[in-house]
Amino acid sequence: MDATIRNQLEITACKVRMGVIEGVYNAKSGHPGGSLSICDLLTYLYYAKMNVNPKIPNMPERDRLVLSKGHCAPALYSVLAERGFFDKAELKKLRHTGAMLQGHPDMKGTPGVDMSSGSLGQGISAACGMALSGKLSCENYKVYAILGDGELEEGQVWEASMFAAHNKLDNLVVIVDNNGLQIDGKITEVCSPMPITDKFEAFGWHVITMNAHDFDDIERAFNESEKINGKPVAIVQTSVKGKGVSFMENQVGWHGSAPNAEQYETAMNELKKKLESLEG
Amino acid sequence: MADIIKKATRESYGEALVELAEKYEDLYVLDADLAAATKTGTFKKAYPERFIDCGIAEANMMGIAAGLAATGKKVFASSFAMFAAGRAYEIVRNSIGYPHLNVNIGATHAGISVGEDGATHQCNEDIALMRTIPGMVIINPSDDVEAKAAVKAAIEFNGPVYLRFGRLAVPVINNNDNYKFELGKGIQLKDGKDITIIATGLMVYRALDAAAELEKDGINARVINIHTIKPIDRDIIIKAAKETGVIITAEEHSIIGGLGSAVAEVVTESCPIPVIRIGINDVYGHSGPADELLTEFKLTADNIVKTAKEAIQLKK
Repeated sequence: MDATIRNQLEITACKVRMGVIEGVYNAKSGHPGGSLSICDLLTYLYYAKMNVNPKIPNMPERDRLVLSKGHCAPALYSVLAERGFFDKAELKKLRHTGAMLQGHPDMKGTPGVDMSSGSLGQGISAACGMALSGKLSCENYKVYAILGDGELEEGQVWEASMFAAHNKLDNLVVIVDNNGLQIDGKITEVCSPMPITDKFEAFGWHVITMNAHDFDDIERAFNESEKINGKPVAIVQTSVKGKGVSFMENQVGWHGSAPNAEQYETAMNELKKKLESLEG
Repeated sequence: MADIIKKATRESYGEALVELAEKYEDLYVLDADLAAATKTGTFKKAYPERFIDCGIAEANMMGIAAGLAATGKKVFASSFAMFAAGRAYEIVRNSIGYPHLNVNIGATHAGISVGEDGATHQCNEDIALMRTIPGMVIINPSDDVEAKAAVKAAIEFNGPVYLRFGRLAVPVINNNDNYKFELGKGIQLKDGKDITIIATGLMVYRALDAAAELEKDGINARVINIHTIKPIDRDIIIKAAKETGVIITAEEHSIIGGLGSAVAEVVTESCPIPVIRIGINDVYGHSGPADELLTEFKLTADNIVKTAKEAIQLKK
């Protein structure tokens, strides 16, 4: 990847992380850990990959994204706000009474949200339906669905996986955010969904692995995904839960709790320093 | 009565889909490996390129339907009521109901008249489940004519619709020129001043039989067919309550949460009078021929007559 483009993406991803912290802090609740692990992915998709237009959020030919791990909505909201789908001031009202930004994505109320989600295991089915729809009417859009690794414990994920491979949905890319942690602990200790790559391969998918926090590797993975015909693609990204805020990294406790005022300051200062260094 | 035509509403469903397919080119039909039974197989035969078999995976099927609807397709998703409303309830609520997507759920084999398959497949709880989902429209047609009209109304309605069809062949009662289906409007089939019988689905025919029987004993019963259980026709119920002073309801569904509950809610809030519910009394069914089960579980004209006579005693 061109160094300038990479730098721009890293700057944007840092701003997206600041939006996550801003939203969750002001909401006094939410899910910072899993939101921070997908910020680079979302930045890449919305800035370097997807055909979207913030001025026409419902453009029929747009690429779609379904956040099947809907609890990580703060990251989606932050990238959509950064990209211009709505005012960044909305992030401070996340989860508040009467606010546009709900605790989990609401396609009826939020520009840029392609599917309501939040109940785990359901988003991938809707994404399959959208991909099938594109095939049925010969449209060229792509559908991306982001799933958590813990989410793979939901049986519906595998119903959908069977369906996607059977229907040869090569316009569908599922990204599994493998940060290794779920609410009750390590995924390998709660009810292990491992080995993830073998499972998708056995279900008839083309599987790619990538480093979730390296834009060169992200680009490589998505470039490979576009060469695949006749099969859906699963990208399993190895990520760090809480990535970018040192005291949140790899800590299961930050799955679903908000920072206090002091922690908010520490996190924002850390991200500001990172941003300054990136902007050089 | 030898000239009575009988037909299962699931048959009407399959035929109606075919009839609408030409006009609605964006109509797609989904099933979960039950096309032969739900009668979406009729559509599959006529329009194979617009039929999607999702396999035995009802939860995923509802999600697929949501995704198709979110991209502008008109969708009917079919399975037995047990699996469509029961197994897939939460997907219907969160992926279809919450975003208010244009998905029509064609649920067949509803109620005790599934027959020999027994309790696991006899869904007497689907109306109750679907009623709790905000914005969900519920239609339980009484015969072939009404079932076809309901499918047409559903495709023209913008939002989720739950259509309830039966396995058992039931008499065609609405094949007359005056019949008019209006979503959310009950139909008064017979006027009466002593009592009102409000029925839905296959109980409508039985309610008419019961009213004729009551007439012989000098009891003048009004009969109302409620095909749309949600949104319910409050006006026709309140008028009946005021004019006849007592209501009995009849449905092939649990007395908890179905037509009887819906009518009682309207009546207790607006003009309290006695409402007696006939339905499945909070029990599971079991195997047996449909007609025998309907008799055993007292879903008969005879029981409506008996209940009506008792109910009239409650009038003040």
